[in-house]
Amino acid sequence: MARAWVFGDDLDTDQIVPGRYAPFMVGQDRFHTYAFCDARPEFAKTVKAGDILVGGENFGCGSSREYAPAALQKHGIGGIVAESFARIFFRNCVNLGIPVIESANAVTLVKDGDDVTLDIAGGVLRTPRGVARLRPLAPFAREILAAGGVVAYLREHGDFPSVR
Amino acid sequence: MAGPSALPGGPTLAELILSRVSGRDARAGDLVIAPVSRVMVHDSVIDAVMAGLKDLGKAKVWDTARVCVFVDHAAPAPTPVVADSHRVLREWVREQGIATFYDAGEGVCHQIMVEEGYCEPGTVIVGSDSHSNSYGAVGAFGAGMGATDIAVALGLGRTWLRVPESIKVTFTGASRRGVTMKDAIMRVVREIGTDGARYACVEFHGAGDLAQGDRITLAGMTTEMGAKAGIVVGTPEAPAWLRPAADASYAREVRVDLSTLEPQIAIPPRVDQVSDVSEAVGIPVDVVFLGSCTNGRVVDMRQAAELLRGRRIHPRVRLEVVPSSRRQFEDAMADGTLGALSAAGAVIGTSGCGPCLGRTGGVLAGEEVCFSTANRNYRGRMGSPDASIYLGSPYVAAVAALTGVIDDPRPYLEAGDAALDALVAKRREQRGDRGAASARSGDRARELIAAMPIRLAPQVAGIEVED
Repeated sequence: MARAWVFGDDLDTDQIVPGRYAPFMVGQDRFHTYAFCDARPEFAKTVKAGDILVGGENFGCGSSREYAPAALQKHGIGGIVAESFARIFFRNCVNLGIPVIESANAVTLVKDGDDVTLDIAGGVLRTPRGVARLRPLAPFAREILAAGGVVAYLREHGDFPSVR
Repeated sequence: MAGPSALPGGPTLAELILSRVSGRDARAGDLVIAPVSRVMVHDSVIDAVMAGLKDLGKAKVWDTARVCVFVDHAAPAPTPVVADSHRVLREWVREQGIATFYDAGEGVCHQIMVEEGYCEPGTVIVGSDSHSNSYGAVGAFGAGMGATDIAVALGLGRTWLRVPESIKVTFTGASRRGVTMKDAIMRVVREIGTDGARYACVEFHGAGDLAQGDRITLAGMTTEMGAKAGIVVGTPEAPAWLRPAADASYAREVRVDLSTLEPQIAIPPRVDQVSDVSEAVGIPVDVVFLGSCTNGRVVDMRQAAELLRGRRIHPRVRLEVVPSSRRQFEDAMADGTLGALSAAGAVIGTSGCGPCLGRTGGVLAGEEVCFSTANRNYRGRMGSPDASIYLGSPYVAAVAALTGVIDDPRPYLEAGDAALDALVAKRREQRGDRGAASARSGDRARELIAAMPIRLAPQVAGIEVED
């Protein structure tokens, strides 16, 4: 079981980690402590490894800053389930090995603070109010996530997964 | 992430380019491995990029001649931590033997990439900044990516891309005086929304003959609609083969009639919360920022100077002007534009990203209201999360600096000197002491935000939609 942190539509990367708290500005060892510092000031203090983020449409929009998902990775986030993801954020998460999965109904089923279970293999997010269906990941992304990220994948295989 | 695949018809620009570089018939929805013609890296990601390359086991980038490195996002260094990071970056550039390096003060990466000719039309370029879509100004497929993607591209010279479906945006007519391509693209963002072009390529028709700077404004702002790329059709830089098929299929089509377009502004905190400027007349501002890769060129500074030359800005307003590159800076010095802006009371900042992303230059205090010519107005973007940022054109910025309020620039541009001064005096009187931290200014902004539907109805003046 993990805690669900629920967000709305168009959560931008400035909300995840504001530019003024980039690792570049505050150091590699501190930037993740500013995760959601404006939007959800309690987040960085109370989030636990394995917790799940749930969001609406266009999750992670805005800048290309990888330190936004990297901050979530540092907190050990178990995965992000949203109606849709912004494209750079989606790539960054796959590259870092953070499961990013689309679900049409998760955001309406889950309430902030719920205990949830992310069952990627089973294609569902279990919630106190029922089961949210997950959209299957493309094989390309699945292979990279299974390796723990694109760097690990490339180290192991020397090239990208097949695109055919 | 999978979208509608293989719409019927011939190739779009995105399909043409990705087919050519990947050596296969690439249609929307396909995944391709694409060789890149350049990789753009900027200062704020260098630590993560270096770590990624090291983890990949790559001591050297794949081709030192195809890597462009910039110090622009927080430049010159505002803190010792940033200064250390810049030092690390300079050492890395030297060790790698990368010749194309622009240090602090040379300008915004995107402006230099385009104006110095690093963007080869018809090729794929990946950049570490989200506004790398700007390279579509000259017909390149430019895509912004995160640090690990950039490290992989630096190591392999290749990246993976899902071939995007395309949205066709067509401009018709000639815009009226006081209305710019910034207004045009904000009108498009108003229609498409911040995620309406997610994973897509926005293809601009009827814009190939525009000045290069206007095309950068268009292509760069496609990022604010979630687009993977934004490419202008028929630019002077593009080769003849780079033309979409007449029967290409588009996920959506949007037409903007420039001849009826009004000046536009984006209301905080959303880039797609756009209205005609007439809806926001009288909102007091404390700070005006003229700059960024979107609107920091000499033409933008000249537009502001048309109204500011020989006058002083409102005494309660700060105006910060940040040229987008040294070339733009020097052109604006040479023709007297910067002198006129300085004499009007502007602070002239170092060429670069400036305060656009709240790291350096004039960051905003809580409750302050800023009018910016840049591209984002998210909460906390330019400093305090309690500040508000309105977006718009250099003309509206100049009026805001003069009068202390947002207003339609056209009457000012049409007025003779005496009438212009009378207009300014009238607005200043109406503004009074309202401004920074004033309850009224905050309330007015909140009222306006509350009154704005998030998605505006189509078929409003100046636009028609074909879905």
